[in-house]
Amino acid sequence: MILQTLAFYLFAAVLLASAVMVIASRNPVHSVLFLILAFFNAAGLFVLIGAEFLAMILVVVYVGAVAVLFLFVVMMLDINLTELRQGFLQYLPVGALIGLVLAIELIFVVTGWQLSPELAGMAQAPASGLVEHSNTAQLGEILYTRYAFLFQGAGVILLIAMMGAIVLTLRHRDIKRQKISRQVAQKPGDTIEIRKIRPGEGV
Amino acid sequence: MNELSLSDLQIVLPEIWLALAGMALLMVGVFTSNRSTRLITGLTLVVFIIAGVLVNSGLDGTGFGGLVVDDRFGAFMKTLVLIGAGLTLLMSLGFIRREGMERFEFPVLILFATLGMFIMVSANDLMSLYIGLEMQSLALYVCAAFQRDNLRSTEAGLKYFVLGAVASGMLLYGASLVYGFTGTTSFADLAIILSGSDVSIGAIVGLVFIAAGLAFKISAVPFHMWTPDVYEGAPTPVTAFFSVAPKVAAVALLIRVLTGPFGGLFAEWQQIVFLLAVASMLLGAFGAIAQSNIKRLMAYSSIGHVGYILVGLAAGTAEGINGIAIYLAVYLAMSVGTWGCILAMRRQQRMVEDIADLSGLSRSNPGLAAALAIFMFSMAGIPPLAGFFGKFYVFLAAVNAGLYTLAVVGVLTSVVGAFYYIRIVKVMYFDEPGDAFDRPVGRELSWVVGLSAAFTLLFFVYTGPVLDGAAAASQSLGLVTIGEAQSAVLE
Repeated sequence: MILQTLAFYLFAAVLLASAVMVIASRNPVHSVLFLILAFFNAAGLFVLIGAEFLAMILVVVYVGAVAVLFLFVVMMLDINLTELRQGFLQYLPVGALIGLVLAIELIFVVTGWQLSPELAGMAQAPASGLVEHSNTAQLGEILYTRYAFLFQGAGVILLIAMMGAIVLTLRHRDIKRQKISRQVAQKPGDTIEIRKIRPGEGV
Repeated sequence: MNELSLSDLQIVLPEIWLALAGMALLMVGVFTSNRSTRLITGLTLVVFIIAGVLVNSGLDGTGFGGLVVDDRFGAFMKTLVLIGAGLTLLMSLGFIRREGMERFEFPVLILFATLGMFIMVSANDLMSLYIGLEMQSLALYVCAAFQRDNLRSTEAGLKYFVLGAVASGMLLYGASLVYGFTGTTSFADLAIILSGSDVSIGAIVGLVFIAAGLAFKISAVPFHMWTPDVYEGAPTPVTAFFSVAPKVAAVALLIRVLTGPFGGLFAEWQQIVFLLAVASMLLGAFGAIAQSNIKRLMAYSSIGHVGYILVGLAAGTAEGINGIAIYLAVYLAMSVGTWGCILAMRRQQRMVEDIADLSGLSRSNPGLAAALAIFMFSMAGIPPLAGFFGKFYVFLAAVNAGLYTLAVVGVLTSVVGAFYYIRIVKVMYFDEPGDAFDRPVGRELSWVVGLSAAFTLLFFVYTGPVLDGAAAASQSLGLVTIGEAQSAVLE
């Protein structure tokens, strides 16, 4: 139990620190790298509460796809950060005001929070009857049976999205490629014409 | 409960067929490149015909633990969607060849959009509703921007995408509220929970957001802002598609959501639908008067038609749904025909879109002028053309449900609408002729226009299939409880 608590505080501390570094670091590439670190630590937290499927998805989707995409964008766009930061002080009052309103709202919500008495009992019995399976297996069991229709439908949506991206952006340019067979099969008569030219008349 | 059975698959057989066929056609396209666009369009039409047979021979019931439902209502609406999608695809053949849009993805995207509409129409759960809606919308965004080198087309696509995403967000927000306050997303369970006397305010707020999201999809006022711009900017065959198939599917979805799970909240949503209907009818009538571009005019006209359709929904009776079903069938024919005529408006190999370009059409192309005149008179609601019957059944349902205000507003705005519809007839028949349009207009186009004109003109002679289908569709929703609640309110 002590070990779990220690692991929780470790993951949580690194997560918060790297989240702060995401917005604090000057180099956007460092920001993205800190974001990846934050994702990994969040995944660790998920493992601690027994949601290993979410942990895996977080690593596969967010680290594997989204963060790498961010990295590409950051590296390719060549953003000038000093220009971006110029407006920072200008917008600070408005931002601080919004932050203050949100904070007050949060305080209201948390102080007015009431849990129904039955909730304590419910929390102790997660997914009754299926406890012997891991939650990945449990999700898989309903995803491929009960919700198979929706799962396949979502797949078709992704196919349409892919088609759309290709239809709207792919362009076939005329690229001149070397065709060795044609070069070898070429005969002198195909390209060279020999003409007799009398002196002083030109072609 | 968690086991899949064969009957589950049988319920969604048309959807499975469309999905597999779409993927197969995509592969054919990838390996043969854009040369085969015509072939793939033809094959897509065959796929639609087979899907139509499957839809109308399916069994009634729910599948996948209540996620989807198959009934007569769904079959009727899916048939309309298929006819709309098929005819607009057929009309697009000439356009996509001339305008450099000949890419095999186009018919495949239309096919996948149709699949999304199928899922929308047979949705029986908030989750399948969203999956279907998003599948349809995503394919339509791409279709709107399909002419990617055309500034107006890309603008239309981007506008549609951004505003559509906002609407989806509202719908999801509403759905999450409803789920949070009731604990279920299934339509059947929601209907039981929400029919009680103490419905929490959170669920009602959720209903309002869901209704707003769906109102965007059918472009009812005040969620109509995108319609004129998108209709004008999108390539014309795509606009033709937008104005028929997705509209039928979204109206069907709205009917299913409001009368099914939210049937117990009739008094609440009737006010919303009432307001949407009045605002749409008024804006559709008055907004169109100042338009000079015929595509924009048709956009306002479609907003007005949505208003008339919502009149039937506000009645909340099986009679009102019956009226909507007839209206949709008639609107489909008129709309497809009118867009066919607009697609024939070409001069020196270029599309022209101004109403003034139609001047003197009766002398240069009498057939086309007569067809367009039939559609315009029908849209204005002049008897004995088909459009009159659509309006008649909807207004009759409103009067029988005691909604005299709606019926009166509807009739008055129809009179205003008649002005701009008949103005087009006047321009064609009495104005000085301009340059003639390019001939020939294309074999497929003439067929579609001729067929729709014949349907619109001769609807009153042989109304059987449409009226029977609409009656069966409205009966299968089982609206008895709403009707009783309505009469109880009146007493």
